[in-house]
Amino acid sequence: MAQYKMHLLVCAGTGCRASQSEEIIVNLNAELKKQGLQYDAQVVATGCFGFCEKGPIVKILPDNTFYTQVKPEDCAEIISEHILKGRRVNRLLYEDPETRKHIEDSKHMGFYQKQLRIALRNCGFIDPENIDEYIARDGYAALGKILAEMTQSQAIDEIKKSGLRGRGGGGFPTGIKWEIASKNKADQKYVVCNADEGDPGAFMDRSILEGDPHSIIEAMAICGYCIGASKGLVYIRAEYPLAIKRLQVAIAQARDYGLLGGDIMGSGFSFDIELKYGAGAFVCGEETALIHSMEGHRGEPTVKPPFPAEKGYLGKPTNVNNVETFANVPVIFLKGASWFASIGTEKSKGTKVFALAGKINNVGLIEVPMGITLREVIFEIGGGIKDGKKFKAVQTGGPSGGCLTEKHLDTPIDFDNLIAAGSMMGSGGMIVMDEDDCMVSVAKFYLEFTVEESCGKCAPCRVGNKRLHEILEKICAGKGTEDDLSYLENLSKVIKDTSLCGLGQTSPNPVLSTLEHFYDEYLAHVKERICTAGRCKALKLYTIIADKCTGCTACIRACPVAAITGEKRQPHVIDVDKCIRCGACYDKCKFTAIHVQ
Amino acid sequence: MNKIKSLDDLRKMKQSLEHGMNIREKSNSPESLVQIRVAMATCGIAAGARTVMNTLIEKIEIEKIPAVVTQGGCMGYCYAEPTIEVKVPGKDPVVFGNVDSKVAIEIVEKYIKNGELLDGIIPTNYQTINE
Repeated sequence: MAQYKMHLLVCAGTGCRASQSEEIIVNLNAELKKQGLQYDAQVVATGCFGFCEKGPIVKILPDNTFYTQVKPEDCAEIISEHILKGRRVNRLLYEDPETRKHIEDSKHMGFYQKQLRIALRNCGFIDPENIDEYIARDGYAALGKILAEMTQSQAIDEIKKSGLRGRGGGGFPTGIKWEIASKNKADQKYVVCNADEGDPGAFMDRSILEGDPHSIIEAMAICGYCIGASKGLVYIRAEYPLAIKRLQVAIAQARDYGLLGGDIMGSGFSFDIELKYGAGAFVCGEETALIHSMEGHRGEPTVKPPFPAEKGYLGKPTNVNNVETFANVPVIFLKGASWFASIGTEKSKGTKVFALAGKINNVGLIEVPMGITLREVIFEIGGGIKDGKKFKAVQTGGPSGGCLTEKHLDTPIDFDNLIAAGSMMGSGGMIVMDEDDCMVSVAKFYLEFTVEESCGKCAPCRVGNKRLHEILEKICAGKGTEDDLSYLENLSKVIKDTSLCGLGQTSPNPVLSTLEHFYDEYLAHVKERICTAGRCKALKLYTIIADKCTGCTACIRACPVAAITGEKRQPHVIDVDKCIRCGACYDKCKFTAIHVQ
Repeated sequence: MNKIKSLDDLRKMKQSLEHGMNIREKSNSPESLVQIRVAMATCGIAAGARTVMNTLIEKIEIEKIPAVVTQGGCMGYCYAEPTIEVKVPGKDPVVFGNVDSKVAIEIVEKYIKNGELLDGIIPTNYQTINE
């Protein structure tokens, strides 16, 4: 094998590919060849680095130079300056937003300093389409070790000891789930990987599948051995074409190497994986709905029990785990359960991947140890709020979660603390909001999503959420009353208590948590008819600036409800109570004398 | 394609493959490694820095020394090219001038492995902004 002096890692995840990273790879290779350096440096297409805000990313090793927002035309300069002469291209380096200094070594970037990458260990480090690179990093060694040296129950014990909990949202202990599935006797059992990532704004599962598909294949095989299943199914949404392609390539490679198929590594254990495509319905993240969808039925949940571990896919015992959960499994066996259990908090072990989005400087994918505070995530890793605005809230857990406010900034993040604070871990979406965001509108946005995604099987979810959404629309339109607020709360509780599955049981959470933490804002909407954030169009407050008003009466004539009064050539006045916020006066005024709040 | 038929097969395969990933693995923890920086500006390259760099990479590979070789820009010692800077963890960096392949091997064997100083050291009289 050629001995390269340098490796140029280029992100080939969906985000960076959308900004021409494929072209960058072509150009870098062409330029290397042109300068006769093709044997000195190797260009590697990797998975996501997480720093999507500044993509496309090109990282140069061994000196850890991190180039951001690289364009295809920058490639010649990178090769001739950095690779040939050893001079960094300063203008492409990441600039620290505070000190305005270029950061040469990615290890010194605030974004990476507090991160601990376990599930994302290979993302942005290996070529996901090259099984050799995965094997070189101890890939399939965990599977080999278990098949050769451990019994099923020993392996399950190891997972139990590690304290790993499901990363898909619920946080159910993975080891216990495996144990239940292993104890149920059947001629055929199934391992299912839930890659139906439905939370708006969350993309960790996609990134793992795109950046490190072999880790999921290995973990599914390990799970298969533990529970006694010879078949694995990945339920993946068809909207993830790149993840599907990488997974298909990886499965084919693993079969070629004999790491999937019959008699794996001479152990007598057989396992193979098949892909099942979903149409991208939020409810199919729920395991019973997911199983029905895989069977070709409607993606509708059914009552548990029976749990899938008892009667799942085709009526056989089935173990369903989320992508990120699986990604942690091989490492636990390589480094030991006690190592894993030493990270995190008392009841939440290991790390969690979050997709940072919203009004934050460093939008991207991060992995942090459980127990880190929101403050560290938002202000240190995330680089603070965009444009120097004030932090207002952060929504975690997607449409099933809730909002956390300033007073939660120092709460250590783990499964239980988030639930106690009225939100949840969910799959790890984290949407940051600033002073310009209206919390009623935020709740309305999530309800809009759940109304759309509700499968319609049970009435509380189908009808209840629709009603919640209507009330929120009414409030945003300035027609709400104080009674509506208590109605919202009561209805929310009923939906939570009576819905069939996780979707309905959690869908009112955005309403409840915003009601709890931002009651004043709701009250301002219904009592004073003011949207303090200035978001709700219908609640805009129109006033006339007396100094600018010439008294032309144009607005008086435009107002459909006669809310404006005043004499000719005298400043006019808008009657706030009569005003219907149609904005006709604003459009008519030639002297910019109408002020909108 | 040869199938992997046992855990031993997998381990052997890993050993033959990890070589190609060395550079990447090392970049994960550069502080704990011997860092060798070869000045690779035009004058350095003209004086043979590229050959020296190749020699160093091969040598540390053979000797299995936990070291990483990177290239830097001009260090300013144009009279003494090729120059290399060696930073052993916990020690101040040392700059060697007039390094050809023979000297490079000597540096690895004497200075890096045994901590012996040798001729050709340029007294460092600069500070970097990182310090």
